[in-house]
Amino acid sequence: MINLETPKKHRVLVDQAHQVAMNMLRPISRKYDRAEHEYPKELDMLAAMIDGLSESGSSEGAGAAGVRREEGTDEGTVKNGANLASVLSIAEMCWGDTGLLLSMPRQGLGNSAIASVANEEQLERFAGTWAAMAITEPGTGSDSASISTTARLDGDEYVLNGEKIYVTSGDRADSVVVWATLDKSLGRAAIKSFLVRKGNPGMKVERLEHKLGIRASDTAAITFTDCRVPAEDLLGSPEIDVKQGFAGAMATFDNTRPLVAAMAVGCARASLDLTRDLLAQAGIEVDYDRPAQVQSAAAAKFLQMEADWEAAQLLTMQAAWMADNRKPNSLEASMAKAKAGRVGSDITLSCVELAGSIGYSETELLEKWSRDSKILDIFEGTQQIQLLIVARRLLGLTSAELR
Amino acid sequence: MSLITDTFKRGSMGGSGDRHGLASGESRDPIGLAIAGLNKLAQSDLIDRVGLRRQTERLVFTATRSGFRTATVAGRQFGKVQRRSAAGQRPVATSGPRGVFDLTPTEDEQMLVDVVTDYATEVVRPAAADADEACAAPDAVLAAGQEIGLPILGLPESLGGISEERSAMAGALVAEALARGDMGLAVAALAPGSVATAIGLWGTASQQETYLPAFTGEDAPVAALALTEPTVLFDVLSPATTATRDGDGFVLEGVKTAVVRGAEAELFVVGAQLDGSPTLFLVESGTEGLTVEGDPSMGVRAASLARLELTGVRVPAEAVLGTTDGATYAECVRLSRLAWCALAVGTGQAVLDYVTGYVNEREAFGEPISHRQAVAFMVADIAIELQSMRLLTYKAASRAAAGKDFAREVALARQLCASKGMKIGLDGVQLLGGHGFVKEHPVERWYRDLRAVGIMEGSVLV
Repeated sequence: MINLETPKKHRVLVDQAHQVAMNMLRPISRKYDRAEHEYPKELDMLAAMIDGLSESGSSEGAGAAGVRREEGTDEGTVKNGANLASVLSIAEMCWGDTGLLLSMPRQGLGNSAIASVANEEQLERFAGTWAAMAITEPGTGSDSASISTTARLDGDEYVLNGEKIYVTSGDRADSVVVWATLDKSLGRAAIKSFLVRKGNPGMKVERLEHKLGIRASDTAAITFTDCRVPAEDLLGSPEIDVKQGFAGAMATFDNTRPLVAAMAVGCARASLDLTRDLLAQAGIEVDYDRPAQVQSAAAAKFLQMEADWEAAQLLTMQAAWMADNRKPNSLEASMAKAKAGRVGSDITLSCVELAGSIGYSETELLEKWSRDSKILDIFEGTQQIQLLIVARRLLGLTSAELR
Repeated sequence: MSLITDTFKRGSMGGSGDRHGLASGESRDPIGLAIAGLNKLAQSDLIDRVGLRRQTERLVFTATRSGFRTATVAGRQFGKVQRRSAAGQRPVATSGPRGVFDLTPTEDEQMLVDVVTDYATEVVRPAAADADEACAAPDAVLAAGQEIGLPILGLPESLGGISEERSAMAGALVAEALARGDMGLAVAALAPGSVATAIGLWGTASQQETYLPAFTGEDAPVAALALTEPTVLFDVLSPATTATRDGDGFVLEGVKTAVVRGAEAELFVVGAQLDGSPTLFLVESGTEGLTVEGDPSMGVRAASLARLELTGVRVPAEAVLGTTDGATYAECVRLSRLAWCALAVGTGQAVLDYVTGYVNEREAFGEPISHRQAVAFMVADIAIELQSMRLLTYKAASRAAAGKDFAREVALARQLCASKGMKIGLDGVQLLGGHGFVKEHPVERWYRDLRAVGIMEGSVLV
């Protein structure tokens, strides 16, 4: 039965996340925007609280780690599970602060990768680790199939060599999930991910980036020089299956793209909520029944933004709902990320414009949200990459035909 | 224990940084207050200096572990109470497993969609181009529509219809499936049923006994919902058409446009301002003072749009449909906008289906034009915005069917369907280039049809 409301079973979780975002993240939001690279120590307290929440059973998949597709059969009944819970709670947390959400201990994108591709034994072994994700290289961005970091088997260890950039929480996390190729001549099928622990002598954080936004989140450049990792820390299967190709590694993205879409949805809603309030104080109320063109230009713009926002939110929920119900969701995940990414930018930037110098000044957070939102249309696949994926699926084209 | 709430008050000047960007409506609940306290504790250097941070975090873990469980239970109870008070607005609201996010139609809805899809594919689409040219829907198409039950779709079984529950969701799905065939013919076929649905929703027992048997019989009357007026910056909630009390009846004065099959219609639902509130009136076509004139427009031509003039039209007191406080009228407008959103989704899907095949077949520079990002990305954008339109429409429709307030949801759906629907029509023509501009392909018709969304108020509803 068609119903697009926030499911009843997740409402408590959403309310809790909202209170955490309002009372824990907002008060320190500006502080860590200004103090880039300073560790937000308040987050340890929050992480402890979230672990407590998970333990109490009152939250289901409050973070990025909740994206694993559960095996089992309960065919016939529609499920609202961990994927939907994750996108809803992440959106609330990013309503609080996107940079701080990305800095949450034990909730890294590497944890999503582990959840998506690790085997049962590894899942157990890596439980509780805080894992960052290292894919991008100085010469390789969106074409992640052509990465050049290598992994060579030497006895019962792999030896990694290469350089990774844009590693979120790369310095703070306990471990880094690194993409490397076993044999560059075999193409994408040979790309595997490895878990490298902090303190490994072959791994070195070279620098932390200075960024436009999400400054609370640190972004590391890391080099791997004869970095030795135990063979059993290769995530998933070591087989190079040319038929399965890139699917294993890319499966991570089907799970993480809705999460990034949710971040954009949450960040944009922060701007919308405050702007609605500021407009009301200026005497402008949005009337849902009257046509936009008989209202003020500001109200009309707000209506357009809210409609786009709602679309991004529902596309994101759709992608998560499909994952919960074990339907393939590559297309829908990319649609959600494409829409949420561009809508996030339009909304946060337009809200600054509507609020004038109040929006532009650091006394309010509107300008910050409009800087934070930009990365959400870039990482985990840019707008253009999402459009490529959507177009190839719709048109039935290969990556060689539609390049 | 008294419930502690801490409602923030925004200063009169607006931008004060210590508000952390919170809107004035945000309030802390008891959990929020506790978290705010924790945050102060976490920021404190004191616990670092005395080496207490680890222990404190451990304590927080334990406290929240049991503390939040209570909050969960309390929240659930609150949720139940809310549902009880929200239900019952309409006795025929949808029932069934509520509260689960789901995009799957019910079995009944799916059956209906399958039947209508067949009709749209086999009967509607092949007739569309000629009907557009002729500004009229062929009898055979309309007869087949009646056969599959379109006029009684929105009526409950007790009134001779086919649905057990409020059918806004089913109605939206049907309108979408029909418009995938053709928007103009869809509007022509749905208009009589829209009037029947309106009488089913708001009619008195005597109005229902008067009019509905005709709709449920073999030969359903032509009927139309007349709300739109020829005014620049038209606001449907403030019609210029007036109703003046006269004896125990009313006199209607005004002009309505975009009246579907106006020349043939036997029954109109006319919107008019009565004592400062917009109100619906049932007006039979034989009434003196009515003039109908064909008013062919840019698109939706198969619906035989007409202009209806009301000059001193006298109707009895029992002609009022629903309430006179504007509430029925507003609901009618919202349900009508919902129908137009569903029509936009259907026509948008037709565009996507068509251009997908075309760009893969059409070659330029030695390869299909779909191999170029400039082309492929337009198709991707059509798909993304189309699904956006669909989800917003479904959300509004499912809320309407459940008897919930859907004013905001339908406004957002209408906003998106009007702007992105038109963009889809525009890109549909662009992707075919010159071939899109000529009538050999249907995309130019969809371009004209999609401009109707956001302009047409009334005509159809779900």
